[in-house]
Amino acid sequence: MESVTDYRRRLEEATVRPALVTSRGYWILIGGLLAVMAWGVYAWLHQVDDGLIVTGMRDRIAWGLYVSVFVFFIGISHAGTLISAILRVAHAGWRAPITRIAEFITVVALVCGASMILVDMGRPDRLWHVLVHGRWQSPILWDVIAISTYLTASLVYLYMPMVPDLALFRDRLAGRVGRWRARLYEVLAIGWQGRPEQRKPLVRSISIMMILIIPIAVSVHTVVSWIFGMTLRVGWNTTIFGMLFVAGAIFSGIATLIIVMAVLRRTYHLEEYITEKHFVNLGYLLAAFTLIMMYINASEYLTTGFKLEEGEEFLFRELFLGKFSTLYWFYFFGGLALPGLIILFKKTRTIAGVVVAAVLVDVAMFAERYFIVVSGQRVPLMPYEPFDYFPSWVEWSIFAAGVAFFVLFIAVFVKVFPIMAVWEIVEEREEAGEIGPDVATVPAGAGS
Amino acid sequence: MPGWLLALLPVVAIVGVLIVTLRRVRAAESSAELEPASPGDRSQDEDGNGRRTFLKLLTIGAAGAVPATFLPAMFQSTSPRVRAAQGPARGPGGRIRQWMMIIDLRHCDGCQSQGTPPQCTTACIEGHLAPEPMEWIQVFEQELSGGGTQFIPTPCLQCQNPPCVNVCPVGATFSTAEGTVLIDQKRCIGCRICMAACPYDRRFFNWGDPPVPPEALLADYSPDHQVPASKGTVMKCDMCPDMARAGTLPYCAQACPNNAIYYGDLEEDIATNGQDVITVSSFLSGNHAYLLKEHLGTKPRVWYVPGHGEAVGRDQHSEGRQATTWPWVRRVEGARTWSR
Repeated sequence: MESVTDYRRRLEEATVRPALVTSRGYWILIGGLLAVMAWGVYAWLHQVDDGLIVTGMRDRIAWGLYVSVFVFFIGISHAGTLISAILRVAHAGWRAPITRIAEFITVVALVCGASMILVDMGRPDRLWHVLVHGRWQSPILWDVIAISTYLTASLVYLYMPMVPDLALFRDRLAGRVGRWRARLYEVLAIGWQGRPEQRKPLVRSISIMMILIIPIAVSVHTVVSWIFGMTLRVGWNTTIFGMLFVAGAIFSGIATLIIVMAVLRRTYHLEEYITEKHFVNLGYLLAAFTLIMMYINASEYLTTGFKLEEGEEFLFRELFLGKFSTLYWFYFFGGLALPGLIILFKKTRTIAGVVVAAVLVDVAMFAERYFIVVSGQRVPLMPYEPFDYFPSWVEWSIFAAGVAFFVLFIAVFVKVFPIMAVWEIVEEREEAGEIGPDVATVPAGAGS
Repeated sequence: MPGWLLALLPVVAIVGVLIVTLRRVRAAESSAELEPASPGDRSQDEDGNGRRTFLKLLTIGAAGAVPATFLPAMFQSTSPRVRAAQGPARGPGGRIRQWMMIIDLRHCDGCQSQGTPPQCTTACIEGHLAPEPMEWIQVFEQELSGGGTQFIPTPCLQCQNPPCVNVCPVGATFSTAEGTVLIDQKRCIGCRICMAACPYDRRFFNWGDPPVPPEALLADYSPDHQVPASKGTVMKCDMCPDMARAGTLPYCAQACPNNAIYYGDLEEDIATNGQDVITVSSFLSGNHAYLLKEHLGTKPRVWYVPGHGEAVGRDQHSEGRQATTWPWVRRVEGARTWSR
């Protein structure tokens, strides 16, 4: 059996490596992302100058791609909560190597999502009005409150378990990185020595946060859905929206985590720590959520379609046969049925298979956000022709910049911060009996 | 201080947890060198310290965040809006006017007999200098159950349970004492949730720089007349409260060649189309007046009397109406408009 010290040394090496070794491909990626973002900023400045007239939106479909992207990003931010909080509560030990990545995704996705709202505002210069004139009765304020709470909690929840790993960086990277970076680790590691007296308060606070963050996360996507659910629109006026959005959020969160995990695993050779087991386990979760999503969809469409109240028939024709049918059936077959089947069969239940399923799920969930937002506004409220919305180049550019921002943020994060929770992994492996105690070494400080 | 900030108390608590944890971790580091006593004792000590600090922090947080001034603020609107200096219009006995409208569809032929676009819409646009393509009062043509069509002039219905007001994040759109719904374009942030919420498609957004005629720039802005229009804000029919205070009818009612639009005061139970003065209650009951989408519970202040222009000799099978024109838009140099 491998000793703790040996294992730990190898793991530390793997965790520190991304911070030291930077390939040329990395800089090309960063350059490409910055170019996309620069283009997005250009498009946004154009929009600020001319107003939202440069988008495809008009009075009758007044929310479009921006709001869909907002919902999507806030959705994938639920990756972190699920993996590091729900699975931590459930004592699923295998989660340890991927918690950090999941929490990165959460924080980054929240920032990306929130920025989409700023882009969508007709008067971004009046953002401060929300602070000064905010009405707590408005669903938008619920979102402001829930998202700021979730972002704070996620940052704290990302940071606290990272303290021991930051101390590792502080010690291992001393003299090997720039002065400012060394200083950063020193400050952030808050004098962590790994002493039991330091461990106790930290572990306890992590436990508090892990419980606290679950209701916060659920509330976030519930109130996001209520932006739509609090209106009288056909297709939006339903009590199931909270559940549908929360389930969809965790669903797309798992998918995003799988994708990011696969990329980092391959780039930084983390095959030993992020194993097929992680992909398969997350695949099972993904498969479970395809069923939950199907169930919620069936509940919604059957209860409204059976009665077919005014406007519902139009919406159903649009969704299943008309303008949104391609998106809808792609979502249903490509995003729910097919990923479920991929994971069901042992032959395709491989790392590659799970990643393919995850990509399908993410694309399909994006499509779902889009057709939920747009189809709800396409139903005519008065006797007029339904409006045709298609995003303009400005909207596509800003959307692309948002995605680039997301990738860039993650790329910078993995360079600067430890991508794996070393101490948690070691602890988990020890508990699982996979690595044994050191025979030869004497615990530090025991001799004094 | 805006009351909603109270809802951010959990954020304070989370930051409190963080600060306490960091302090305890740090304290454990420095004390390590000083007293290498048995770990059990110290950790207990540390424990007590931490808890005390935590309690202290919580108390400070609570004391700072819940002064008595906070709570009442949660249940009322915050700072005063841009609004005309005078209070609400009052009727006999000092009772506040409750503006309302009745649209008699029996008399509405969509101005087909005039050979013009609907005059209510045209007059409204001209009077309010509304930017193209807004039609604050819009004439929809709807099929009748037995074939043929009817015309439905639709202003903002001035709901008493207004979905738009309920969702507005900054109180830019608000209910007035006169029972109307107005928009303060100087406060509106352009989030457009009110447009998503309005079940009657009665809200309009300034997608670009609104094409306004030069004279609009001379107007003294007020939510009562919404001139001049500004980019990135929402507009709609305001029920012409300033016109009513001045003792005249709204532009639409004045301009209707068939006098199909009545404007009045629910409180005084009286309304007029410029020609006849009617008793609102008996007119509504006696003519089977109805509300648009009444089942939604929005409680509009605009009633309709069913019809299809039969009182002014329209045959319901004659189709179509002329598109509304913007009388002033030609005067604006380089105006860039948009379609709805």
